[in-house]
Amino acid sequence: MTQLTDPPAAAGAAAEASVVPPVGAAAPRTSERPPRRRRGPRRWWLYLVLAAGLVAMVMPFVWMILGSFKTNAEIRQHPTNFWPIDPTLDNYAQLFGRLDFANYFANSLIVAFFVTAGNIVFSSMVGYALAKLEFRGKRLLFGLVLATLMVPGVVTFVPLFVLTANLGLVNSYPGLILPFLITPLGVFLMRQFMLSLPDELIEAARIDGASEWRIFLRVIMPLCGPAVATLTILTFLASWNNFLWPLVVATSEDKYTLPVALALYSVGQNAAQYGLMMAGAVVVVVPVLAVFVVLQRYFVQGIALTGIK
Amino acid sequence: MTALPTPAPARARAARRRSRRATLVAWGFAAPFVVLFLVFMAGPIVASLGMSFTDLTTRDLQTPFNVNLVGLDNYLRLFEDPRFVRSLLNTGIFVLVGVPVTMALALAVALALNTGIAKFRTVFRVGYYAPVVTSIVAIAIVWRFILQPDGLLNAFLGWFGIEGPNWLQSTSWALPSLIMMAVWRNIGTLMVIFLAGLQGVPKEHHEAAMVDGANAWQRFGSITLPALRPTLLFAAVITGIGFLQFFEEPFVMTRGGPLDSTLSTAMYTYQQFGFGNYSYASAASYVLFLAIVALSLIQFRFLGRKD
Repeated sequence: MTQLTDPPAAAGAAAEASVVPPVGAAAPRTSERPPRRRRGPRRWWLYLVLAAGLVAMVMPFVWMILGSFKTNAEIRQHPTNFWPIDPTLDNYAQLFGRLDFANYFANSLIVAFFVTAGNIVFSSMVGYALAKLEFRGKRLLFGLVLATLMVPGVVTFVPLFVLTANLGLVNSYPGLILPFLITPLGVFLMRQFMLSLPDELIEAARIDGASEWRIFLRVIMPLCGPAVATLTILTFLASWNNFLWPLVVATSEDKYTLPVALALYSVGQNAAQYGLMMAGAVVVVVPVLAVFVVLQRYFVQGIALTGIK
Repeated sequence: MTALPTPAPARARAARRRSRRATLVAWGFAAPFVVLFLVFMAGPIVASLGMSFTDLTTRDLQTPFNVNLVGLDNYLRLFEDPRFVRSLLNTGIFVLVGVPVTMALALAVALALNTGIAKFRTVFRVGYYAPVVTSIVAIAIVWRFILQPDGLLNAFLGWFGIEGPNWLQSTSWALPSLIMMAVWRNIGTLMVIFLAGLQGVPKEHHEAAMVDGANAWQRFGSITLPALRPTLLFAAVITGIGFLQFFEEPFVMTRGGPLDSTLSTAMYTYQQFGFGNYSYASAASYVLFLAIVALSLIQFRFLGRKD
C-alpha cells in the first residue's frame, strides 16, 4: 500500500465528481465552533471512549520509542516493565555503527528527493496541459491517467524488474528512482487544482504576448503553492515508506532504503535484537511523525484533494 | 489591427494552423510524463499480461528467444496450487473482515468528533491519523514485539485475568492479528474521509427529525447513513483495494506462516518472483489485478450514476 502507483487511489473519479470538501481547510475552522446542541451529561463518556481509543492508537509508538532505549534483556524480562530501568543509547550506536543505517537513511533521502522533484515538475507540466490547454488527444491522455490511478505495484514489478535488468539498472539509484518519477495520482492532483484557477489570468497573459511556457512558469506555478505542498508531502511520504520495489531492485546492502534494511534485518540474524529493531523503527517513523505533527493540516488536505492517503 | 475581414478559407487555414501549434505545445508539456508513463507504467502493465502467457523464467533474461507461449498454462497451474488458493482465501478474509471493521471504527470516531465533542478535536484527529503516515514495515516490527507471547498486549490482557494466545504463531490467531494491525493503521484515512462526508449532511434534516421526536439512533439510520452512502462506498473501495495488496505485514510479522495461514496473494507473487518464475508470478499478480479492477469498476459505475 505504500507504493506510489498503488495507493488506494480510486479517488480518481470521486474527487472529480463529488469534490470532497477540503477538510484540512474547512474542518478546523468550523470545528472550533462549539456545537449548539449536545451540551449534556453524555459528553464525558464520549471523551473517555475517544481517549481510550487514542491511547490504543498511540501506544505502539510509545512502546517503540521506550523499547529503543531498553537493553535486549530488559525487553525480554517478565513481567514486562514499561519505563526503561536503565536507559541506553546502545541500540542507536549499533544501528549507526555495526549496521549501516546512516547509509540507508541517506539512500531513502536521495530516492525520495528525486522522486518528489520529478513528480512536482512533470505532474505540473501535464497538469497544466490537461487543465488549461486544448489539444488533440487530451481526452485520451486524461483517460489513461484516470485508468492507471490505482494500478498497484505488485502488478508491474515483475516486468519492471526485467526491464530494469535489461537496462543494467538493477541495484542502482536510477533503478530505484526512475519508475516513480511520475505518478498518475500526481498528475490528477495538479490538474484538479489548476482547473480551479481562473482562465482570465491566462488570457490576459496571452494577449500580452506571453508564450505558454512563460504563462506556465510565471502565472500558473506561483499560484500552485498549496497543490505543490500537498503533492510534495504525499510523494515524499510514499517514497519514504515504499517497500516492494526497493526490496526487489536493491540487491546489495549499499543500495538498501530504510524499510528494506529494516525488514531484512528484522527477519534475519538480528531478529531477536528487540531493542535494536525498535531503534530501527524509530529512525524510520519518528522523522515522519514529527513532520506530520507540525504540518498535519497539509497532510489532511492531501486526502481531501485526492481522496487517498 | 485590420478592419478588413479576412477571407473565410484563409481564416480556417489560420485556425487549423493555430490549433496544430497548440496541440504541439500541449504535447510538449506532456512529453516527459508520456515517455516515462509508457516505459514504466503502461508498458509493464501490458508486459505483465503478456508474460503471464509465456514460460519466462530468470534463466531466459539473457536469451529472450528461448521463451515460449504457453497460453493459459500458468493460470491453470495457479489454481491447482493449494498455496495459491490458500493465499486468495487469506486475502479474501483480510479484505472482507478488515474493511468493514475499519469502516465501522472510523465512522464511530468521525461521528464522535463531528457531533459529540468540542475540545481536543485536533489532538484526537492527529492521534488517530498518525499511524497512516508511518512505514508499514517499521510498524509491523513494533507490532511483532507487542504480539509476542510475553508482549505488551498479553501483559495488558493479563490485568483482566485473560491469558492471551501466542498471536503470531497460532494458525487461528495470526491472520486476525494482521487484520487488527491493518485496522489500526487505516482508521485515520477513513476517519478523515468520513469527517469530510459528514460536513455534507444537511443540518436542517437533523433538526427537522429532532422536532419530530426522532432519537439519535433513528436520525443516524435514516438521515446520516443515507447521506453518507457515496462516501461509504468510496471508502470501502479504496480500503478494499489497499487491503487486497497486503504484503509488508506477513513479510515482516509471520513470513506467511504459520502453515501459510497468513500467506497473501501479493506475498505469493513475490515468492514466485524470488524463485525466478517470472511468468508464473505475473499470472498471480494479474489475478490480483483483476480483483482490484473489479472493485474499481464498481466505484466508477456508482459514481457515474450519481452524476
